Amino acid sequence: MRLTGAQIVIESLIKEGVKTVFGYPGGAIMNVYDEIYKQDKFKHILAKHEQGAVHMADGYARATGKVGVAMVTSGPGLTNAITGIATAYTDSIPMVVISGQVPTTAIGTDAFQEVDAVGVTRPVTKHNFLVKNVEDLAYIIKEAFYLARSGRPGPVHIDIPKDVTIAKTKFEYPEKVDLITYKPTYKGNKRAIKRAVEAIKRAKKPVFYIGGGSVLSGAYKLIREIVEYTKIPSVETLMARGVLRFDSPYLYGMVGMHGSFAANMAMNDADLIISLGARFDDRVTGKIDEFAKNADIIHIDIDPSQIGKVVETKYPIVGDVKLVLEEMMPILFDGIDTDRFKEWRDVLDRYQELYPLKYANSDEVIKPQWVIEKTGELAPEDVVISTDVGQHQMWTAQFYPFTYPKQFLTSGGLGTMGFGFPAAIGAKEGKKDKVVINFTGDGSIMMNIQETLVGYKYNLPVINIILNNNYLGMVRQWQTMFYDDRLSETDLADVQPDFVKLAESMGAVGYRVSKKEEFIEVLQKAFISDKVVFIDVQIDRREDVLPMVPPNSPLKNMLIFKEEK
Amino acid sequence: MKRIISVIVENEHGVLARVVNMFAARGYNITSLTVAPVLNSEFSRMTIMSEGDPKIFEQIVKQLYKLIPVYKVIESDNFIQKEMAMVKFPLKEVKDNLADIDAIARCYNGKISNVNDKHIVVSVVDRPDRIDNFLKAMAIKYKNLEIVRSGVSVIER
Repeated sequence: MRLTGAQIVIESLIKEGVKTVFGYPGGAIMNVYDEIYKQDKFKHILAKHEQGAVHMADGYARATGKVGVAMVTSGPGLTNAITGIATAYTDSIPMVVISGQVPTTAIGTDAFQEVDAVGVTRPVTKHNFLVKNVEDLAYIIKEAFYLARSGRPGPVHIDIPKDVTIAKTKFEYPEKVDLITYKPTYKGNKRAIKRAVEAIKRAKKPVFYIGGGSVLSGAYKLIREIVEYTKIPSVETLMARGVLRFDSPYLYGMVGMHGSFAANMAMNDADLIISLGARFDDRVTGKIDEFAKNADIIHIDIDPSQIGKVVETKYPIVGDVKLVLEEMMPILFDGIDTDRFKEWRDVLDRYQELYPLKYANSDEVIKPQWVIEKTGELAPEDVVISTDVGQHQMWTAQFYPFTYPKQFLTSGGLGTMGFGFPAAIGAKEGKKDKVVINFTGDGSIMMNIQETLVGYKYNLPVINIILNNNYLGMVRQWQTMFYDDRLSETDLADVQPDFVKLAESMGAVGYRVSKKEEFIEVLQKAFISDKVVFIDVQIDRREDVLPMVPPNSPLKNMLIFKEEK
Repeated sequence: MKRIISVIVENEHGVLARVVNMFAARGYNITSLTVAPVLNSEFSRMTIMSEGDPKIFEQIVKQLYKLIPVYKVIESDNFIQKEMAMVKFPLKEVKDNLADIDAIARCYNGKISNVNDKHIVVSVVDRPDRIDNFLKAMAIKYKNLEIVRSGVSVIER
């Protein structure tokens, strides 16, 4: 069967079981779009901006665990997609991005809509390809999907010149790929695992430090079982929220800059940190010289380059968290004395009691934390939550009662404002039966609000809760704390849209609320709405995210809470 | 601390850029770099001399392995190291010392490679540190030299 390059793209996507492609057409990718028009095996969702398309594919991938697929044209199409690709890259999200390119004969001539696409995506992809011959195309697509989902997942970019989409060749989709230069290590070294288990049994103050890799490897059931059995205190990173249920007695909350005091003290005082697919990010460790000074480290990670990158690691284990824990569990359970951690847990319980996460609720103004807690009470337990980036993101991570992994979609590594709404749309496409809520801010939502039309057109009713303080809140908070309250370019009070009208103009429903009862009433309506909903919640303008580890300070120097007024 | 690593990579579009970008993006230095295809294979060998403490080197090696087309990273304290240098002397500077220059060049596995009415060209092949010494000595004694170094190549003993 001889097919054109464009047809090969379509057939290959079908073979990969792709159900939805998020994209935006343009000159160089037109032949592929022509074939999309002719087929009915997968759906194409037309975004309003390439960045939106890529975030949608990302949200789809985060919520479903499948590879997200995005398609864009050459030049500006591709450069618009970069923020989306980089967002997925820093959070290790499996994704394939296909871009059109000017014909091979025009490459290097500064042709119309030409950009060195593989040059631009190289630093923000796991791997990328420029397809020079149509004969290579099917194999490259196969390889791209394989690379995206295997090992440490990540986005892979395929750049296809227009003449390659026209050229014909015999189509045979390869059964499998075998790369001699790429062999991820899945199974941990047995001796290393045994040594690590012995260290855990010897430890007095161990802590499980659960990271995003635990979500990606699907290890949560094992982790829950191990934590329940061993009763070892556990903390989660932003990317790992939901691995343990929020009400687990062994979960001391999120660790890091806006983590709970108990979680940070658990890391600070531990004598053994067991890292499960986490990477000791600077937002977690605080000042690195002061980080966990008395702790040995067991670091389980599928990416060897993460081990020893930030902290000295006494027990390195390269492998998939799930497979390593499977191996570890029987030897760990064999003869472990779980009472020995009782004293340690008591200390942490005391920290938790002394400095719990809290806020000063109010009857006059709406507190953002209250909105999040209330939403957690009213929403179904299997709701999918996304966020943008800023104060609302941290409040959500702190106060939302997460119950399962892949429930919380947030741009952790790159911190991309504008991620939340398109990611929510992508998640809704992948999980139609679930309620999808995007917590956002009045700054972030404006970055991709055009995608409202996508929610309207494709009937993907997601709920946006705008925690509106008329500030770029997180920057405002830092300005207040570290720049003597000089609010340089962060006050948005005089430049806000009317979110209700804006929503209505794009086929969505908008509400503006400034009282608690109103919020509850409107949220109930939102749950059953068949349109995209925007709830513009006027919150206490000056609320800060607390507690907080000031930048480059040790974890133990947390700013706790303001005195109650 | 200077260290040398030998990297076997697949010959594919952009592989050199991938390796070099990784160094640039993470702030690692490249002191010298040589690349050539490996005979009868789809691989090339890159020899990279870099500077940094052992911790940085550990990261460099890991980050290199992380690149998909990298097949093997060879780190060793037991490399045979060779580098070539060519030095162009203005003839009027050295016309009375040709015997001297020839004798020194021989000490560094070299010789006078070319002479014309304006210049003589000397080429030497030796360990990079010995090449350093040779060039320093030449630069002290003679003026207006033009120097080309190949970068180091290594092979494990």
